[in-house]
Amino acid sequence: MKIADLSTNDKPNWCPGCGNYGILMAMKQALVSLNIPPHNTVVVSGIGCSGKIVHWLKTYGFETLHGRPLPVATGIKLANNRLTVIANGGDGDGYGIGGNHFIHSLRRNPDITYIVHNNMVYSLTTGQTSPTSQKGFKSKSTPFGVIELPVNPLKVGLAMGGSFIARGYAGDLAHLSKIIAAGIKHKGFSLIDVLQPCVVFNKVNTYDFYKKRVYKLEEEGHNVRDVEAAWRKADEWGERIPIGIFYTDDRESYEQDLPQLAKKPLALQELNADVRRELMERYA
Amino acid sequence: MTGKKKKGEIINSFSWKIGGPAGFGIKASGEIMSKALMRAGLWVFDTDEYPSLIRGGHNTYQVRASDEEIHSAVRQLDILVALDEATITKNFREMRKGGIIIYEETTAPVSKIKTLIKKRGDIRLFPFPLVKIAEEEGNILMRNVVAIAASLAITAFPITVLNAVLRDFFRKKGSRVISSNIHAAMRGYKLAEKYAKEEITDYAVRLVPLVNDKNGKKKRILLTGNDATAMGAVQAGMKLYAAYPMTPASSILHTLAALERKYSLVVKHTEDELAAMNMAIGAGFAGVRAMVGTSGGGFALMTEALGMAGCSEVPVVAVVSQRVGPSTGMPTFTEQGDLRFVMHASQGDFPRVVLAPGDVEEAFYKIGEAFNYSEEYQLPVIVLLDKYLSESHKSVNPFRTSRVKIRRGKLLSQKELNALKEYNRYEITPTGVSRRVIPGMKGGVHHVTSYEHDETGHFTEDSRERTAMVDKRMRKLEYLKKRLPEPMLYGNKRAKITIVTWGTPKGAILEAMKLLKKEGVLINLLHYIYILPFREEPLMKISRRNRLIIAENNATGQFASVIREKTGVYIKDRILKYDGRPFFPEEIKEDVLRIIRGDSK
Ligand SMILES: Cc1ncc(C[n+]2csc(CCOP(=O)(O)OP(=O)(O)O)c2C)c(N)n1
Repeated sequence: MKIADLSTNDKPNWCPGCGNYGILMAMKQALVSLNIPPHNTVVVSGIGCSGKIVHWLKTYGFETLHGRPLPVATGIKLANNRLTVIANGGDGDGYGIGGNHFIHSLRRNPDITYIVHNNMVYSLTTGQTSPTSQKGFKSKSTPFGVIELPVNPLKVGLAMGGSFIARGYAGDLAHLSKIIAAGIKHKGFSLIDVLQPCVVFNKVNTYDFYKKRVYKLEEEGHNVRDVEAAWRKADEWGERIPIGIFYTDDRESYEQDLPQLAKKPLALQELNADVRRELMERYA
Repeated sequence: MTGKKKKGEIINSFSWKIGGPAGFGIKASGEIMSKALMRAGLWVFDTDEYPSLIRGGHNTYQVRASDEEIHSAVRQLDILVALDEATITKNFREMRKGGIIIYEETTAPVSKIKTLIKKRGDIRLFPFPLVKIAEEEGNILMRNVVAIAASLAITAFPITVLNAVLRDFFRKKGSRVISSNIHAAMRGYKLAEKYAKEEITDYAVRLVPLVNDKNGKKKRILLTGNDATAMGAVQAGMKLYAAYPMTPASSILHTLAALERKYSLVVKHTEDELAAMNMAIGAGFAGVRAMVGTSGGGFALMTEALGMAGCSEVPVVAVVSQRVGPSTGMPTFTEQGDLRFVMHASQGDFPRVVLAPGDVEEAFYKIGEAFNYSEEYQLPVIVLLDKYLSESHKSVNPFRTSRVKIRRGKLLSQKELNALKEYNRYEITPTGVSRRVIPGMKGGVHHVTSYEHDETGHFTEDSRERTAMVDKRMRKLEYLKKRLPEPMLYGNKRAKITIVTWGTPKGAILEAMKLLKKEGVLINLLHYIYILPFREEPLMKISRRNRLIIAENNATGQFASVIREKTGVYIKDRILKYDGRPFFPEEIKEDVLRIIRGDSK
């Protein structure tokens, strides 16, 4: 399998320099490195600049609604647990309007890889504040600066029992594609929060901003099985910003606990139920 | 029908009600009573009324049984069992002439309303030591079983049938509970039999079992609209059900959850209704028959995703069991107030099917059709139930499961896909229906989207492509409309008056037709199950020769407005009820008489 096998004829219409290009390429590289055929992959997205990603990938795809990629992806996975399901969304999409699905997907642990294009701003709607905008961030909807604290997705992930919690950086393709590959391989819900510079609407969290700050957890001997260390690292945001896998464990995925999926995915089962006897047993 | 016996007359039919606070086992009593009568070969219909709370309040359960098929609840009662005072004060006006109130002075004193009861002069009071017997047998909770037994003794129904039902009902609770219940029932039965012999010698109601088949039993089943919907969905090959609990749809979730492993389904109680609908749509996209169930409030949260199913042409079935609105309304009461809501829910124009089964049988068979239409036409199908259908039991002859056919439309097999030179998910076709393939199939890779898109699924804002895609989607409905079954006409074809309704008022109207016939008034019923797309011709045809009366369970005549919109026919005469209760045949009869005699209300 080659990168070209995953590329469509159309060119992405993101702004030049958008962090989403890096995420798209990292996804392709991860799928190629794992040799997952395009027809066995479903990429699900929400609405936002990030959501457009399904149009630029030659896999099965579903561009859903603002905030809803996770439940749609979960439905797809439950229907056919042999598919590789990758959900994508923006920070507004996943941590704002879709926040309820986010926290419940973490505890539910379906085998889905969730890539959040975290640019800390609402881009498609031309630059309003987002749940991950830093305190004081000025935008069209917060001209006097954000008052709330930002959501820390990694800490939410840890608190909700997430089984794979990672952060990538759209400016480091090789590293990001490895994290995505590890997330896809992980049997359970993989949260990959990706620092994604938006060159138009976020003049604070730029490539420059990140270049100075990011460092790789694995280069500093971080133990991905140590949940307390993960909490400490998740809290680090300032002069130094860690990227990499913060935490992972091997708890059962949601589908693994459903015996009705053990033999065959739902989508491939025969529709031959006959409730005749059941009716007599229950209601006669 | 009166409780007073004419010479030699026997009435093998009754309407019975038990009432008391929540926590007194009112629901259990009703279910036990219904099952006993059903197993004796009688036709049964029951319905309950309860407030939205866990303890206290006024709860009632009405059971009707007869040697003829029953289609609805009625207003009038033959026997009322009062476990508290409120049951008497709130219900004694419904007593039929010669009707019997079983009560106990210590817990349900009649003293306060004795004068009112005396004034009517035709209600019989039957004081009975319900609590005393129950307590002596070990548990005050068994007062309801004593009351059931007493009621059956008065109607001379054999106690053995009741005992068998008690055995089944309490099986999980163990043999001690079973035997004390049977003891309590026996004592209640014997004592009531003795009293009845002494005091109510002229009682005409005699519930005689109908023993028909060779095993001595008439094999019928007794189930609710929700039961029928759940079982019908399993029969139809539903593989995923996603829901968030909401009365009156919740029992669909409970029934399906229990069947999950046996029938290899995934039944998911999600974090909210947004998740439920989106999950079902994801599953539908991936090729399984998926369904959600909710009530109006939950459906409000599903509306955005409903539009996504319409736009991306993903099949999905949404069961919406209506309750009293607006807003949280009266959660445990019935109404047909969500018709316009579900017809128009979500932004933009897109095709959908809306259907409303009228009874338990239609619920079972139509849910199968809902799945068929959703897959054949690749659109969302909304099935409207209401509290009355969802939670009332009706006895029916066992469903013929072989009648449920599975039609999946243009869902391609891998082989069929391989034979294609090119595959476009949204290919423009004369019927508007395009070929569908599911993820995992080789050579079919495509994406779907909630944005407007071209034939490949890629988003577009091109004016020509946009128009073509809207036309393609809407064509599906025109095509489907010609294939939908017509509304049914019940009753005498020569009648000059036609009641028009949709969904559940059907039962009460069928019974009202019989009552009106006795008054010399001939009417028939035009019953719509399919509201969208709407078959105009039958309505227009009948409107040219008959006087039309609309009956629906809402305040504004929503269906009447749909009829006017679709056909231009304005139905002036309306029977509308929106007090949270279902129609009773008696009131339909009275309203029809009032309308045709030209009285104003
Ligand atoms: C229910 C709903 N509300 C609002 C919108 C408008 N909307 C589209 S994208 C978006 C936010 C985009 O921000 P984010 O999710 O962070 O994604 P980004 O564009 O930054 O990738 C909003 C508010 C919508 N499509 N649907």
